[in-house]
Amino acid sequence: MAFLELAGIQKMFGDVAAVLDFNLATEKGEFVSFLGPSGCGKTTTLRMIAGFEKPTAGTIVVNGTDVTWKSPNQRNIGMVFQSYALFPNMTVAGNIGFGLKVRKRPKTEIDRRVGELLELIHLEGRGDRYPWQLSGGQQQRIALARALAIEPQVLLLDEPLSALDAKIRIVLRKEIRSIQRQLGITTVYVTHDQEEALSLSDRVVVMSEGRIEQIGTPSEIYNFPSTAFVASFVGTLNLVNAGVIDAGSGRLSIDGQEVRTSKAVTDAGSDGRVTLAVRPEGISLGDGEPGSNRLRGSMEDINFLGSIVRIRIRLSDGLDGQPPTVVALDTFNEPHLALPAVGESVTISFPPEASFVLGAARDGAMASAEVGAEV
Amino acid sequence: MSGSPGGVNRLGQGIEAMQSPTTASTPGRPRSFARLIWWFVFIAGVVYFILPLLGTFVFSMRAIPTFSAYTDIMGDPLFFSSLAYSFTVGIITIIVSIALMVPTAFWVRLRMPRARPIVEFITLLPFVVPPIVLVFGLISTYSHPPLPFTYTDIGSSALLVAGYVILSFPYMYRAVDTGLRSMDIQALTEASQSLGAGWLRTLATIILPNLRVALLSGAFLTLAIVVGEFTMANFLARPAFAPYLSNLSSSAPYQQAAVALVSFGLTWIAMGFIAILGRGSRTRVTVTGAR
Repeated sequence: MAFLELAGIQKMFGDVAAVLDFNLATEKGEFVSFLGPSGCGKTTTLRMIAGFEKPTAGTIVVNGTDVTWKSPNQRNIGMVFQSYALFPNMTVAGNIGFGLKVRKRPKTEIDRRVGELLELIHLEGRGDRYPWQLSGGQQQRIALARALAIEPQVLLLDEPLSALDAKIRIVLRKEIRSIQRQLGITTVYVTHDQEEALSLSDRVVVMSEGRIEQIGTPSEIYNFPSTAFVASFVGTLNLVNAGVIDAGSGRLSIDGQEVRTSKAVTDAGSDGRVTLAVRPEGISLGDGEPGSNRLRGSMEDINFLGSIVRIRIRLSDGLDGQPPTVVALDTFNEPHLALPAVGESVTISFPPEASFVLGAARDGAMASAEVGAEV
Repeated sequence: MSGSPGGVNRLGQGIEAMQSPTTASTPGRPRSFARLIWWFVFIAGVVYFILPLLGTFVFSMRAIPTFSAYTDIMGDPLFFSSLAYSFTVGIITIIVSIALMVPTAFWVRLRMPRARPIVEFITLLPFVVPPIVLVFGLISTYSHPPLPFTYTDIGSSALLVAGYVILSFPYMYRAVDTGLRSMDIQALTEASQSLGAGWLRTLATIILPNLRVALLSGAFLTLAIVVGEFTMANFLARPAFAPYLSNLSSSAPYQQAAVALVSFGLTWIAMGFIAILGRGSRTRVTVTGAR
């Protein structure tokens, strides 16, 4: 039986649906992230688990107990807020010990637990400081320790790192994951940062417009997106319109050049065309392995992005007023990397498994596009 | 993470470094002119404040012998009893106002933001309804059964406190509302609740302590209003300080001036005392990050 179960959750704000038909079963000790753009309903869902919002429909069960209508202070669910929400009138120790004080635990026990947690978050000796005397990263670690002090059944984190700078974010997310593993606490993490979600989670729930788009491991989400939204939201993606030659064997044609996908094509449009998706890192310069798809084109431009180099290849100039077909590929940046000059003819290749069909072809503007966040 | 405070320090130094050239590059003449203006405004303010007090003091010294106005009032038991009464009523008014206004402003801000204009309008009513109308309303409603408040001293004093609570509405509500605006009460309340605290505990241990400065300013204003209020105390026949001062004016003008000065000083001492009570609050409510 799942430790945290959300069944048929729906939330309406007036006529506006914030969350629709949300179903999720989480095992004990699992780290699950809700990933999606602003307004997709991820924070609303988290707030329903915490008890700050009541669902319009559906049930929330924690460890076999239906908590749907319980007030937040009766759920024993810890929460870390984006704004830290530390109590400014209390010291660090006062903040961490607050939940235990509410539970009327003996002072010696509170002191011991506060000491343990300060050690866990590497802030020993800072118990008598006030929140405003600490940096943002330290404040967020105090907020984490405060939420953990009550030994919650579930830990909720609402974009806890988004107010911090990039370097501290990376350090802190490692710490959060390490502490979560150490304590084996079931955790739900809300973020709009795909890198954060993919690097932290056992499973990722990708959401859009109040609905779940896909639930899967980070690898499944990235490598096998089940919807066009997931494919475009997570990572960078080449979308190319292709004609279907043979749907059963997955043979397609991109501006007259034949390629194959590893699966049969089942969802071509009425014009017999589909959108083919390939990740930039799935494409290589050159002929590649035997059995790879090969396409001829010319060098369009080269962008150095630090550790990787993004190369854009023009496959065709576009017919009948359509935009040219251009795909991007990524290669590691090496000191002696020799690349063809812009305009030079090149061959690119990708294995059939690296490409997947995302339904019927979109309009002309999408004849070829590079979508998604920069890696 | 030990580098984080260092990062903060470097940032702070950066801000100083950015500010100092601007300060140094300010041309000398405009700066000295601005300083002159500042001194002029300051002196004008001091004169405006001190001159009436000085005039009152000079007038009080005309009594013969010179300090007799002061020795007379010090010997008058009514002076101390009326002042003590007004301060007592003032303190009770402050407590009732806080008990009424903090939960109201908190709830309006947290759960009923749409009701805010209505509550603001209600709290502004004392500016529209004069105390004379208010006190006659109170007397006509509570001077006969089933609520004969005016039959007893305690009842009349309770009516006076109720009236003063209404008079303090605009000051206390605004002070509390401003204090609440300076912190993210939703996040603080939710954090408190997620840790197991109920509404009362959240209000008492999280919200109220962080409102200390705001409550002090509301308390100052309320105390000043109560000590100087005449109409309601007079019509409810309460032995308050303002009616005592009024009665004194016809019979002993020098003593009245002395009383005004002494009460002024005592009120400032009382306010200083409240301020000392409020010290030690090292609360800096800064909640960062987008919501």
